[in-house]
Amino acid sequence: MEQVELAVVGAGPAGLSAAVAAARLGVQVAVFDENSKPGGQLFKQIHKFFGSSQHLAGVRGYDIGQHLLEEAEAAGVAIHLDTTVYGLFPGPRLGLVCHGQSRTCRASGVVVATGATENALAFPGWTLPGVLGAGAAQTLVNLHRVLPGRRVLMVGSGNVGLIVSYQLLQAGARVVAVVEAADKIGGYAVHAAKLRRAGVPVLLSHSVLSCQGNPRVEKATVCRLDQLWQPVAGTERQLEVDTVCLAVGLSPLCELLWMMGASLAHDTRLGGHFPVHDEDLRTSVPGVWVAGDASGVEEASTAMEEGRLAGLSAAEFLGKLTPGEAKERKAEVRQSLEALRSGAFGEIRRRAKAQVTQEAGDCFAGWRQL
Amino acid sequence: MDGIPVAARTGEPIAAALMAAGHHVFRYTPRRHEPRGVFCAIGRCTDCIMTVDGVPNVRTCVTPVRPGMEIRTQEGLGRWSK
Repeated sequence: MEQVELAVVGAGPAGLSAAVAAARLGVQVAVFDENSKPGGQLFKQIHKFFGSSQHLAGVRGYDIGQHLLEEAEAAGVAIHLDTTVYGLFPGPRLGLVCHGQSRTCRASGVVVATGATENALAFPGWTLPGVLGAGAAQTLVNLHRVLPGRRVLMVGSGNVGLIVSYQLLQAGARVVAVVEAADKIGGYAVHAAKLRRAGVPVLLSHSVLSCQGNPRVEKATVCRLDQLWQPVAGTERQLEVDTVCLAVGLSPLCELLWMMGASLAHDTRLGGHFPVHDEDLRTSVPGVWVAGDASGVEEASTAMEEGRLAGLSAAEFLGKLTPGEAKERKAEVRQSLEALRSGAFGEIRRRAKAQVTQEAGDCFAGWRQL
Repeated sequence: MDGIPVAARTGEPIAAALMAAGHHVFRYTPRRHEPRGVFCAIGRCTDCIMTVDGVPNVRTCVTPVRPGMEIRTQEGLGRWSK
């Protein structure tokens, strides 16, 4: 059976960062990713990132992806593409499928960095061709250079909804409206302002009721919502659109950890169910870490820092760092994470993460004493 | 697609080539025969599956297109033709 020191599942920002951090300390790392290209969702991010220069603010997502790949190569990380990790078993062992051939791999440590998946929103007509995730539209436009449609209704005004709306405009589509169920815009003002300057209406306290068309979307009905987010009768409006993009949040992809028996918890601030983890990103299964959106949905900059932290913690576990060195290195990364988790949105996640990791830390310490 | 030639660019996924050519219906559901197209575009949701070179349930959003590929709109669960 194939044997690696540290297996990383997912070659996105978190997985690559974990791999680089561990490999630089002499850990033999293998990264597995089901896609034919590494980088996760970084290569579709054509906008500049926020934060400080330490977090590569002002750099576009695809450049960050390229930078990470170069770091991984320099550190001697082996990246196995087109390789799906279908299962995670005690050992830990990984079940892999590559081009129809399955095999297993034993690892001394595993970092699960599987990312997140877009949430759906069910309403009459939501299964029609033409209703798709905002991230899906972003992939089509920015990676494949194909417009999913010409006239778009965007559902949700968080950063994904705002940024993708603007990128659809840049690609030549018309964004007919952005609807937002809350009474204020969810994302950063700078992204919303760009849309407003381009004349895109942002309808607050509004949502999509249904969409119609055969065989694809031709119209969507939107309406006003009351304070309890219930449709207000008589406010329905029909929009001529061929595309409805759903930007209604993401959920962590933690099935692999779930099947392995790792404890899960639920927190809406982190996108729903996520694997319980302590401040070193250790899950409840010894030798298994989680990092990035899979540990609770945030964004790419925090995913990279979490990956780094998990990589350092794994290297410590594998004996490549003394506890003293590890403590210092991990403290630096944690400080950087704190800085990223600030501002109106970051603060909510900072509190959620602090609560989660503290409870898990106490719990794991209790288990170790048993 | 369904016997009609579609132009494509090397390396792009089947779904991208089809959408660029104006195709948006990729399959019909087994029970209610409802049309489905691309939903997640990153290989997670399996809404965009089609029958490719006789193999049903191929995720077209993550399968690179190749010259001469035979792509069929899938009916229900599809059928192996080889």
